[in-house]
Amino acid sequence: MARAVVTVPPRAKRGEIVEIKTLAQHSMETGFRRTQNGELIPRDIIRTFTCSYNGVEVCRVELHPAIAANPLIAFTTVATESGALTFRWDGDNGYTVTEIAPIKVE
Amino acid sequence: MTSRREFLVLAAAASALPATAKAQIDPNLVANRKAAFQAALKNIVGDAKVTPGRVKLTLPPLIDNGNSVPLSVSVESPMTQADHVKAIHVLTEKNPLPDVVSFALGPRAGRAGFSTRVRLADTQTVTAIAQMSDGSFWSDHAEVVVTLSACLEDGLI
Repeated sequence: MARAVVTVPPRAKRGEIVEIKTLAQHSMETGFRRTQNGELIPRDIIRTFTCSYNGVEVCRVELHPAIAANPLIAFTTVATESGALTFRWDGDNGYTVTEIAPIKVE
Repeated sequence: MTSRREFLVLAAAASALPATAKAQIDPNLVANRKAAFQAALKNIVGDAKVTPGRVKLTLPPLIDNGNSVPLSVSVESPMTQADHVKAIHVLTEKNPLPDVVSFALGPRAGRAGFSTRVRLADTQTVTAIAQMSDGSFWSDHAEVVVTLSACLEDGLI
């Protein structure tokens, strides 16, 4: 089933740039492949990914079929205050996964 | 044992196969891909000028497996409220769709850049374009050689 893994440092200094890695379990079916009978396999991909930090959007990513299966997205954010990072993946056929990671800022 | 005659018939049949396979490829494929790339580029930058520089696109130069290629982009920017990167786009020349990923960010990102894994259909040039908060566009290119293409039966040139 739909699963995702995120790596966020549990604690950080104020103003520090922290690295975040996210990995979603998804086959990212391109819509260009065919079955043995020659029928096109319909597209089934994750279309958008967003990350917000205490409700403020950090990044918004549009994914296309050219993203490899099990999409990995690594990026950075500034540790401003303690709270939670919310990650959300949305895709074809009603795919939605939300993941929340806490962060403590000293 | 195979006689000379049988061997010749088989050899002729084998050599005829690629010719029929080629005949199924759309003859306008190259032109269509080029047009699709130009359309995708125009969709991102409009009529603005794209200047090479400030962007660094990192891809391995030789790729064994096009199904999963590590790609990272970084952009030189102070990432302040007044001067930051608004978006980073990655485009390919020869994939069936030119768009790969569009990454929208802001000053909260701290550093302008990201990394992911992509699919590449063929030996080609990959382009990264960064859109700055002042409306300017900067780009970088990477030439890659792909030995095993991402799953595609048709469309290889």
